[in-house]
Amino acid sequence: MTNGPLILEAPLAPKQTRLEELWRLFKQNRLAIIGLFIFVLFFITAILGAVLTSGRDPLFDPALIRLQEKLLPPLSRPHVDALPPQEVPTFGRYLFGTDDLGRDVFSRMLQGAWVSLTVGFVAVGISVMVGIFMGGIAGYFGEHHLRWNHILGVTLLLAATVMGAMGNVWTSLGLLMAGGLCLSLFRLVKPYRKLRFTTAWLFKNAVSVDTLIMRMVDIMLCFPSFFLILTVVALLPASMYNIMIVIGLTSWMGTTRFVRAEFLSLREQDFVTAARALGIGNFRIIFRHMMPNAIAPVLVSSTIGIATAILTEAGLSFLGFGVPPPHATWGNILSGGKGFIFDAPWLTFIPGIAILIVVLCFNLFGEGLRDAMNPKLRER
Amino acid sequence: MEEAYAPPHKDTLLLVEDLRVHFRGHDHVARAVDGVSFDVHTGETVCLVGESGCGKTVTALAILGLVPIPPGVIASGKIRLRDTNLLTLTEEGLQDIRGNQISMVFQEPLTALNPVFTIGDQIMEAIQVHEKVSENERRRRCIGLLTDVGIPSPEARLKDYPHQLSGGQRQRVMVAMALACHPALIIADEPTTALDVTVQAQILNLMKSIQHASAMSVLYITHDLGVVSTVADRVYVMYAGLIVEQGTRDQVFQHPRHPYTRGLLASLPSRSKRGKRLYSIPGSVPNPAFKPKGCPFHPRCSAAIAECAVDFPGMCDYGHGHLSRCPPVYSRERQE
Repeated sequence: MTNGPLILEAPLAPKQTRLEELWRLFKQNRLAIIGLFIFVLFFITAILGAVLTSGRDPLFDPALIRLQEKLLPPLSRPHVDALPPQEVPTFGRYLFGTDDLGRDVFSRMLQGAWVSLTVGFVAVGISVMVGIFMGGIAGYFGEHHLRWNHILGVTLLLAATVMGAMGNVWTSLGLLMAGGLCLSLFRLVKPYRKLRFTTAWLFKNAVSVDTLIMRMVDIMLCFPSFFLILTVVALLPASMYNIMIVIGLTSWMGTTRFVRAEFLSLREQDFVTAARALGIGNFRIIFRHMMPNAIAPVLVSSTIGIATAILTEAGLSFLGFGVPPPHATWGNILSGGKGFIFDAPWLTFIPGIAILIVVLCFNLFGEGLRDAMNPKLRER
Repeated sequence: MEEAYAPPHKDTLLLVEDLRVHFRGHDHVARAVDGVSFDVHTGETVCLVGESGCGKTVTALAILGLVPIPPGVIASGKIRLRDTNLLTLTEEGLQDIRGNQISMVFQEPLTALNPVFTIGDQIMEAIQVHEKVSENERRRRCIGLLTDVGIPSPEARLKDYPHQLSGGQRQRVMVAMALACHPALIIADEPTTALDVTVQAQILNLMKSIQHASAMSVLYITHDLGVVSTVADRVYVMYAGLIVEQGTRDQVFQHPRHPYTRGLLASLPSRSKRGKRLYSIPGSVPNPAFKPKGCPFHPRCSAAIAECAVDFPGMCDYGHGHLSRCPPVYSRERQE
């Protein structure tokens, strides 16, 4: 085809990708840059810490007990002649002092950094994934209704799971089939629907998807979440993974609200209709077309969420509900040190200040990110 | 009188019969589309003309099955694409049709393109959802499409985001996306409204040349009679969810039969009306929830008689495919 005369427009806006633009705006905020710097430092420290404190013969051994060296202040020299050579700390000094059992606080802080980092990221990862999924469904499919047979079916399936967990195989299978039947009932009975008055209530609309999910969010928000976490952690076996999952599953509500709100406005946009007009499927539209447009506020709130999760984990460890003791976390160093606050203040101050700095840097970074992403706040 | 109109191909591609789309409000039903019938032949350009709120866009969305169904209801009608009734298809079946056999060009290209993806990604995705072809093949076709729609240096433009292109280029990208899977029909919903006049002409010429090259049908949805007079083979004039007049472009423009069409044409500026005050049709479009009884146009019509407020007007045949929904004018003109 010839298009000679058709090419008239001289195009070319200045080339700048979104990322470059974001970075340019982000750079202007000095506090946010400091936040980012400390964030990167913390990240590297935590990973190095995990590597250096693990293994059979680690460079920094957080569990090594030297009772004769207890409660030494930071930067003090070990009594080299009294220690076997393999127990002398790596730098020849106790950088952050020792605790009441003579363990090197620097090594323990290193090990704890890894706990904080993973708990922060994994918990927020879980909460963001749940939040995006729930919010996406509520925002996009919100107006669809669930019928009573859906609710009955899901209840039966849940009952089947419980029965299965209790080891009652036949009841479980029966409930499973009943639940499946209930969910597929609509298709089976549809042609005769009008004849069966006794089952008619099953096909009535019970509740809209939006109502269901958002009321669930409201209910979850009603619980004082720290105490909910405490209760759950008290019931579950103590482990780092349980803590992550519990923190993640009790903090997805904010993300859900964000994503739903974004989706309600995005759904009306032309490009969503255009994507549908191209024959693109619903889930592809939700997760590939709409999600990248809705992700900015989620990203911002999740950086601040990481700070909250680190704080929550420290709080749990402080109360003794966190990661079980031989493993060091900032929270349990703090709680171990509180008995010696006048004799050995570094045991309280070092983890306290570390938590403060990390949480603060995540907040600053998150706020910087928010300002850079929000065009209305750019001019300040 | 006029020559009988012969469509470029004999077969009917799209046939809409008695389509009614209603929207349920709290205490009323808005009958946005209220018995619309039309057909589009292969290779033909058909225009659906009408004011804002007359149901043109809803008709277009209904063809693609994109009317939001909880508030909206397809109360009756048939939409046949060749031999399939689109209204009975499942969502999966419709997804096969959309973009593949029928695609759509939207009014505002900036909002109809996803701001976070490059245009290359978007065009390639349009190909990807319907055809299993390799990445390289997709890229090659994408460059071919961008060349076809007249975008200079397409390889470089692939990596551009929509906001980096000008309005006309964005609309070209929309056209390229719509063309990606060689559809039989393109529905263009006011494709030039957001563009300035020179770019409008470019886009219309582009659509025309592509249409000639590939025997594709185009359904324009527009309120712009200038566009209609340049591109249309046949014209359907809509008012308040009804087709009030249909015919070839010449029939409708040279011999308008319905008072509404006459009013529309009279309100166009022209050289002969220089210096005079422009005509405008009195009143405004009725609320689709509270349409007047009888002919929906009668409160604004200068030719209205008493029956107009009572009887729902039927279609009157002027021959050669020219129909108008105004019996009083028809009987008056027959007597003369």
